[in-house]
Amino acid sequence: MLRYVLTRLGLAVPTLLAISFLVFFAAYLSPADPVDIILGQRAAPEAKARVRHEWGLDRPPLERYGKYVIAVVTKGDFGRSYQTKEPVTEFIARGFPNTAILAVSALGLALLTGIPLGVVAAIKHNSWIDRFAMAFALLGVATPTFVLAPVLTLVLAVRMGWLPVGGFSLQEGLVDPATFILPTVVLAARSSALIARLTRSAMLDVLSQDFIRTARAKGVRPLGVLFKHALRNALSPILTVAGTTFGYLLSGSFVVETFFTIPGIGNQSITAITARDYPVIQGLALLLAGIFVGVNLIVDILQGFVDPRARVSDQKAI
Amino acid sequence: MTPRETWQRIAANKIALASIIFLGLLILAAAFVPMFLPFGYEQQLPDSRLLPPGGKHLLGTDDLGRDILTRVLGGARISLMVAVSVECVVVFLGLTVGLIAGYRGGWIDSLLMRITDVLLAFPDVLLAILLLGTLGATSSRPETSAMLVVVSLGVTGWPPLARLVRGQVVALRQREFVDAARSIGSSHGRILLHHILPNLVSPIIVAVTVDAAGVILAEATLSYLGIGVQRPMPSWGRMINDALDYYKSEPRLVIVPATMLSLTVIALNFLGDGLRDALDPRKTRR
Repeated sequence: MLRYVLTRLGLAVPTLLAISFLVFFAAYLSPADPVDIILGQRAAPEAKARVRHEWGLDRPPLERYGKYVIAVVTKGDFGRSYQTKEPVTEFIARGFPNTAILAVSALGLALLTGIPLGVVAAIKHNSWIDRFAMAFALLGVATPTFVLAPVLTLVLAVRMGWLPVGGFSLQEGLVDPATFILPTVVLAARSSALIARLTRSAMLDVLSQDFIRTARAKGVRPLGVLFKHALRNALSPILTVAGTTFGYLLSGSFVVETFFTIPGIGNQSITAITARDYPVIQGLALLLAGIFVGVNLIVDILQGFVDPRARVSDQKAI
Repeated sequence: MTPRETWQRIAANKIALASIIFLGLLILAAAFVPMFLPFGYEQQLPDSRLLPPGGKHLLGTDDLGRDILTRVLGGARISLMVAVSVECVVVFLGLTVGLIAGYRGGWIDSLLMRITDVLLAFPDVLLAILLLGTLGATSSRPETSAMLVVVSLGVTGWPPLARLVRGQVVALRQREFVDAARSIGSSHGRILLHHILPNLVSPIIVAVTVDAAGVILAEATLSYLGIGVQRPMPSWGRMINDALDYYKSEPRLVIVPATMLSLTVIALNFLGDGLRDALDPRKTRR
């Protein structure tokens, strides 16, 4: 198990390097001049030359990339924002808690609704409950977050007045818990639908196997069959999809944060992209990649606990 | 299985048939109807703002007095063109990588699959957002922005197909007919082109159909966020974003493009399922 974790951690390094390389050189190839972004286009040529030298922008791209990687690894220094001149780490640290609480609560909600829905649909295979659940799941997959957000806001907040219209910000002291509900529900919907679909098909797979028939035949109670035999075996694919779902949640948070004006990293990314604030974009890309790699690693480790067979195949893990 | 049998299987599947009809009508409408409509995508009619559906404007007008039908069909053009172009890029890259990795094996296979894993480890829309942001779609001309959307979605979208192709090729490579071809002295190119590629067509068609739905959603998301296709090109995502100031009183402005988007995505999903059932009866979905 330890060896497995270590190889996976080793694989994370090239992933992060590749992402940083890609984003760094995409920025280098783009036609915009960073100095124009730092000083504004109308600044005097002497000032521009000075800033170019101070920020090290007159160095060759490979040297700059190398320095960037070294600074990140040795000092945790991700550079400074072109716009606000503050360190990228401080900038991101402000937005991250908002995104984290949003993504984690949405993942929780998606699992708590998606798994039961899928299980019930599988037990009542081909009944009206199954059809209803799968229609709901298809609608959830086909309705983009940026449609669900205005529609739910219109119905639940504007017309019914049950929930507040806006989002939340952890920086503003006490936060009204009601402001969490809409953003979380909107963000969780698609993932919940994906998890429900997958849980259903995983459960159907397991339920049709011989050992389930054996368990039923020897008189295990129906609920015992369901939880001890079936769900336990279906958990492994569900875990995998929960990991990939987290990726959807992160990209979904871009939309949810801009719609509800929540100052998280999704909102910060869009601002940085429109302002072409490359150091911030790079920092955010690395952070997102890191989170994603980390989540997948955790899923893999949990996989070993849920399904002992996954541990045996350590050698061919990578 | 002959194409005729395949077609009969699809035609027998009512949901798949309905999806084909919907998508066919959408393609025809997007291609030809705008020519007969008297309005431009961005043409603003100051005296006809927020008109309800009916009369000259079948679906009404938006807050700037733009004809919604014209814009929705223009959005369909963009969505479909982006989807087709992205899938071309995806098939080209995924097929090339998958064929080489699966057929050659060895260290080339390991290297290519490691690269695929690295890209797979990152959610594609997120990577496309970051790529688009750095490539600077927001300040480009509309045509360039559409091209950059295609590039970023294509470059980030091929790994799943490469995995699929590689898996198939590894299995096919060991089959008797490939041995037979090799023993009569066929070149590698001939084996790949005449013996392996034809067997890959069905799984690729199924994968591409379902993936196109994801691409259309991704394009709409990018355009909604303002970093995708730029004005004056209409896009369903952009229309929904434009409507956000008025949707509380005029929900139609969001609902029309959203319905088109969802119907297209659902139709592509159903068509993909139908094609899978028709092309590979053994893998019938439950």
